[in-house]
Amino acid sequence: MAQITLIEAVTQALAWEMAHDPSVVVLGEDVGVNGGVFRATLGLIDRFGAERVIDTPLDETTIAGLTVGLAAQGMKPVAEAQFEGFIYGMLEQIICHAARLRNRTRGRMSVPAVWRAPWGGGIRAPEHHSEANEAIFTNVPGLRVVLPSSPARAYGLLLASIRDPDPVIFFEPKRIYRQYKEEVPDDGEALPLDVCFVLRDGSDVTLVTWGAQVKETLEAADALAAEGVRAEVIDVATLKPLDFDTIHESVRKTGRCVIVHEAPRTAGFGAEIAARLAEHAMYDLVAPVERVTGYDTHIPLFRLEMKYLPSVERIVAAARRTLAAS
Amino acid sequence: MPTAATFEIEYLQFLDADGSLARNDLPAFARDTRQLVKLYQEMLMVRIFDAKAIALQRTGKLGTYAPCLGHEATYLAIGSAMQEDDVLAVSYREYGAQFHRGVKPRELLLYWGGDERGNDFSGPAHDFAWCVPIGTQCLHAAGSALAFKIRKEPRVAVCTIGDGGSSKADFNSALNVTGAMQLPLVAVIVNNQWAISVPRGAQTGAKTLAQKGIAAGLECLQVDGNDLIAMRAAMDYAIKRARHGHGGMCIEAVTYRLSDHTTADDARRYRSEQEVKDAWAREPLRRMKAYLMALNAWTEEEEVAWKEQCTRYVDAEVNAYLETKSQPVEAMFDYTYAELPPDLVAQRAEAVVRG
Repeated sequence: MAQITLIEAVTQALAWEMAHDPSVVVLGEDVGVNGGVFRATLGLIDRFGAERVIDTPLDETTIAGLTVGLAAQGMKPVAEAQFEGFIYGMLEQIICHAARLRNRTRGRMSVPAVWRAPWGGGIRAPEHHSEANEAIFTNVPGLRVVLPSSPARAYGLLLASIRDPDPVIFFEPKRIYRQYKEEVPDDGEALPLDVCFVLRDGSDVTLVTWGAQVKETLEAADALAAEGVRAEVIDVATLKPLDFDTIHESVRKTGRCVIVHEAPRTAGFGAEIAARLAEHAMYDLVAPVERVTGYDTHIPLFRLEMKYLPSVERIVAAARRTLAAS
Repeated sequence: MPTAATFEIEYLQFLDADGSLARNDLPAFARDTRQLVKLYQEMLMVRIFDAKAIALQRTGKLGTYAPCLGHEATYLAIGSAMQEDDVLAVSYREYGAQFHRGVKPRELLLYWGGDERGNDFSGPAHDFAWCVPIGTQCLHAAGSALAFKIRKEPRVAVCTIGDGGSSKADFNSALNVTGAMQLPLVAVIVNNQWAISVPRGAQTGAKTLAQKGIAAGLECLQVDGNDLIAMRAAMDYAIKRARHGHGGMCIEAVTYRLSDHTTADDARRYRSEQEVKDAWAREPLRRMKAYLMALNAWTEEEEVAWKEQCTRYVDAEVNAYLETKSQPVEAMFDYTYAELPPDLVAQRAEAVVRG
């Protein structure tokens, strides 16, 4: 069985589903002959033809609106936003139509579509290519928001997203597109879209994160282990709807929680998790919830971007504060 | 210097404002006067419905309503030219087209009366619902047309947009992709001269709105949108072309919004009484009636009897609307997702307890 990267897992999932469901089409800018600027759609046009691997005009509005129309008429489109910073031109179609067509027609029409976008900072990219904008979407009723952090989870969650009857925003952490390889059986097995993944068991502190930050968070857990601190690491992966039960169960055990994300802090998705802990887990906590996040600034151009993104040191320091508090 | 490209926009009219023939090469359907009478009757019905809906809003029995006074010929032509399995993507006042396709007045009232069930209408299940975000529906039609092309189905998508909406990115994107991909889409710009208070001339420096399709590589035509025969002939031509794989078309229907934009608007604030009076002389029903009466295909007696029949029908629809009970509070949850996630199950239960 082949070892593949996260981005190869994306390609593998797209190919599996296109081979097994003729209603699945891929559309976006440069997704055809070029195979996508990150090569997520590499080889698909040769296998499935230009009718199903569609190079659109260079216009995000076009991609998003076509996707709504295709999905409403029985296709299963997988749209690509070339970068998450370009997705804003798609927002009206996603928010006003994709997310609410089922509700406003009382189920007569729906939009079973996926919007894929490379997401997040840390690859020395130009301006507007490094955003962590998931919280814009987690506030929209009717959407699912998915953010895998490993090749296996990218494969299983993308399959589940394409098969889901509702619109899914599928963010791919581009910093770890090619970080490592793992075996991902090409068996068409989807992963559930409504559970968090516990990546490491621990009893002293719960580290909650998603996306590329899973890498730093696991390294922080290693550093804490060297100090004798057993950190539990949770990859939220499916942000909306949120599986809060898994997080709550962990915090019941540890009494401490550090939330790590690279998006700006204020009203970032970590705020929702912290609020739920305040509502439901106040008496389980022995220390204040900590957030290790991007600052409430624009992510800087790349000379400074690694100083913006949460680091292993910041995560370890936050975990130590929760341990010192009790 | 050599010329890189040239274009011209033809203008189509068969019936002038007085109902006289402007040209003699009538299309085949227009030689069937029974069909013209039927469409005229439908226009009258829409007009009677429209007045009733405004009265309902004025008496507090309906929310904000967007009337269609003056647009009847354009919309009936669109609705009657389409086949059942074609897809219609409207903005929010194309009632004549929708009634022709099976939408019931009671459903339309339900929507403007604040109830999502109006969008689950009796028209074709693949027709899009009323679309308030201006212009966005045009790309839904383009996406539908792309689906038909991929599946090799001989179906056509039709979208409508106003003169104001023709300034929007989504509309221009829809035209562009239709040309780029040779999609079976017919885009109708219903130029009623006013985008709420902003006149047509303030939207663009282009001489016609039809020519907006030229840059996309579409065939374009300007039509007298108050002339049912011309509008229907244009739609028949455009739909046939699209259905046979010859690509999309952009039609500008020149009409006039004789009413306020919506019941929340007061058009006296921004346009002259004389302009509206002049527009009434060009309105679509008057000329069709004159034409049919000159053919001895319609009489004043038939008109009176038909209007009474329409009033009875509309009253029955209004009663059905007024008797429709509000949805239970949990209805706001039930179609958010195909299957309700646990968070929403809990919130739904809270809402049910509160009632």
